[in-house]
Amino acid sequence: MTDLLTPVLSANWDIDRAWTLAVYEKNGGYRALRKALEMAPDDIVGAVKDAGLRGRGGAGFPTGVKWSFLPKDNPNPRYIVVNADESEPGTCKDMPLLMASPHTLVEGLIISSFAVNAHTSFIYVRGEVLHITRRLQQAVSEAYAKGYLGRNILGSGFDLDIIVHAGAGAYICGEETALLDSLEGRRGQPRLRPPFPAVAGVYASPTVVNNVESIASVPSIIDNGEAWFASMGTEKSKGMTIYSLSGHVANPGQFEAPMGITLRQLLEVSGGMRAGHQLKFFTPGGSSTPLLTAEHLDMPLDYEGPMAQGSILGTKALQCFDETTSVVRSTLRFVEFYKHESCGKCTPCREGTWWLVQLLARLEAGQGVEGDIEKLLDLCDNIGGRSFCALADGAVACVTSAIKHFRDEFEQGYHTPAWELFPYEKNCLFEAAPMKVGAH
Amino acid sequence: MSAFQSHFEVSGGVDMTDTSTNITAETVEEIREIAARYPQARSALLPALHLVQSVDGRISPAGIEVCADILELSTAEVSGVATFYTMYKRKPVGKHLVGVCTTALCAIMGGDHVLAALQEHLGIGNDETTADGQITLEHIECNAACDYAPVMMVNWEFFDYMTPHSAIELVDALVADNPVASPRGAEITSWRAAERVLAGFPDGRADEGPTAGDASLLGLRIAREHGWSAPVPNVAADNQTEEAAQ
Repeated sequence: MTDLLTPVLSANWDIDRAWTLAVYEKNGGYRALRKALEMAPDDIVGAVKDAGLRGRGGAGFPTGVKWSFLPKDNPNPRYIVVNADESEPGTCKDMPLLMASPHTLVEGLIISSFAVNAHTSFIYVRGEVLHITRRLQQAVSEAYAKGYLGRNILGSGFDLDIIVHAGAGAYICGEETALLDSLEGRRGQPRLRPPFPAVAGVYASPTVVNNVESIASVPSIIDNGEAWFASMGTEKSKGMTIYSLSGHVANPGQFEAPMGITLRQLLEVSGGMRAGHQLKFFTPGGSSTPLLTAEHLDMPLDYEGPMAQGSILGTKALQCFDETTSVVRSTLRFVEFYKHESCGKCTPCREGTWWLVQLLARLEAGQGVEGDIEKLLDLCDNIGGRSFCALADGAVACVTSAIKHFRDEFEQGYHTPAWELFPYEKNCLFEAAPMKVGAH
Repeated sequence: MSAFQSHFEVSGGVDMTDTSTNITAETVEEIREIAARYPQARSALLPALHLVQSVDGRISPAGIEVCADILELSTAEVSGVATFYTMYKRKPVGKHLVGVCTTALCAIMGGDHVLAALQEHLGIGNDETTADGQITLEHIECNAACDYAPVMMVNWEFFDYMTPHSAIELVDALVADNPVASPRGAEITSWRAAERVLAGFPDGRADEGPTAGDASLLGLRIAREHGWSAPVPNVAADNQTEEAAQ
């Protein structure tokens, strides 16, 4: 039986200057790289497969299997692109990792690039995080100076360049094909698949796009062995992972645990909801994952648990809201996000999210009319699954799940403003004056 | 019947009437330098536009032309990209860009109150700049720091657990040019200086600030208190592998 919390990726976050090469190496950093360079590349892919590592960016696709999709006979260069465009509302795990220990990602990326025979790899970091960009730039530059990057790395004959690339503010670029268009200097709009990135990714060449945490997990697998990694977690969801607790909890923060911990356990260990309040609803993994309620506190937070309850594990971003919160308001604010971030390529998403906002805004103001709920659901039915990418599905998931669990609150929107039913000042963490519609 | 109202309230391209620019031969050389980093030059467009903003304080017509020229694109293609991303600004930004997160979680936990207090205090609305040119205020979408909600950003540096009171203190210090440091970052310089770093020209401040904020460390601290850790790897098997490799 493993311990409740198992810090691996976060184990060095409390060390002074952990972001520097010297401190990272002093704590065992780049040991896995030396070991990996002695291995056959295919054996590294095999180890990652056998460890059972699945994508930590939301979709949960097995990382090693993704790597093995790169065609063997394609003459073009291969690329790995790290998706560090963390923007899914609620999600805040990759940024602390990159700030505290950027070398964990850099080491993982060198090993992964060696495994798939890529000689140029990219770290696409969202632009709105200046200090994290600085630490990534510095880590890459230190790795070059030490001979971990560049030509003939540690005498292995393997060459690799890593380019740190800052985005410019667009949630959609977290979607892998939009990210690739953005990396090519275009508007970040998703591509029609097939072809998949494994065949025609960046520069129409074979490309792997992986989340920060997935790549950062690779050194620990190489260093400690695939059996060690697989000894944590549940049957189909292996290893440790970072859970992010936020919202009306007593103590928000990051928790690295074996896959399958429950929200009840995370709340118990961290001090529960804020004093005097109870959990009303939560997202298991960001706002694109259908929301769940206190009934689901004992659901294992692995890839299978939320799926069985009609939701998704997503990014393991547990946004917890208490009984002071209007679900109509929170839904409106989530949908406003999707409306703002819709890239505009697909009509159902571009126009549909705008109409969802109109309906939700009048329900918030208590000015809804009989039939608005049915109209919302009808709109959702015409948006989800009818657009190029998953942004549209995420936009409707928060609406349909909110109506499923709290239909009566939407009905109250036919006559009473949400700010009268749930005074907004009571949601705040500080003493606040009453407020009506949100500030914009 | 009410008149037609477009919901694309922020539409409109780059302001082509203001042709002023600070772009020099040195800027042009730096954009070439960015282009040389990539296997294909077009990839340099996003960082190049960050560099244009660091020089001109906005996306300027001259900046668009220079990027198009160096990267062998049409100005329409460059404008298309410049108007897609929210970090690219079509009108001049003040010395500091102050953002208040109003995506659902931050809004509910107090972000709406923080933004309203700042708008009233500074006397400006969303996406507007104070008369002294010190502050441009905008509401922003989720910035990946939800465990520090409500969150504000100044020139893309984090400010955590904000209240209307602490937000007003922060902007007053910025207006007065008093030294301000991010609790999880470096000392605040200016939005233009930040844009230069995002273009890929480091400013040597990576070593400022802590390794991590308190919330990031909560799970680690609890694990240490309970003596919890990941399983100990099988060291013997590990050594054998290493010996075999040698």
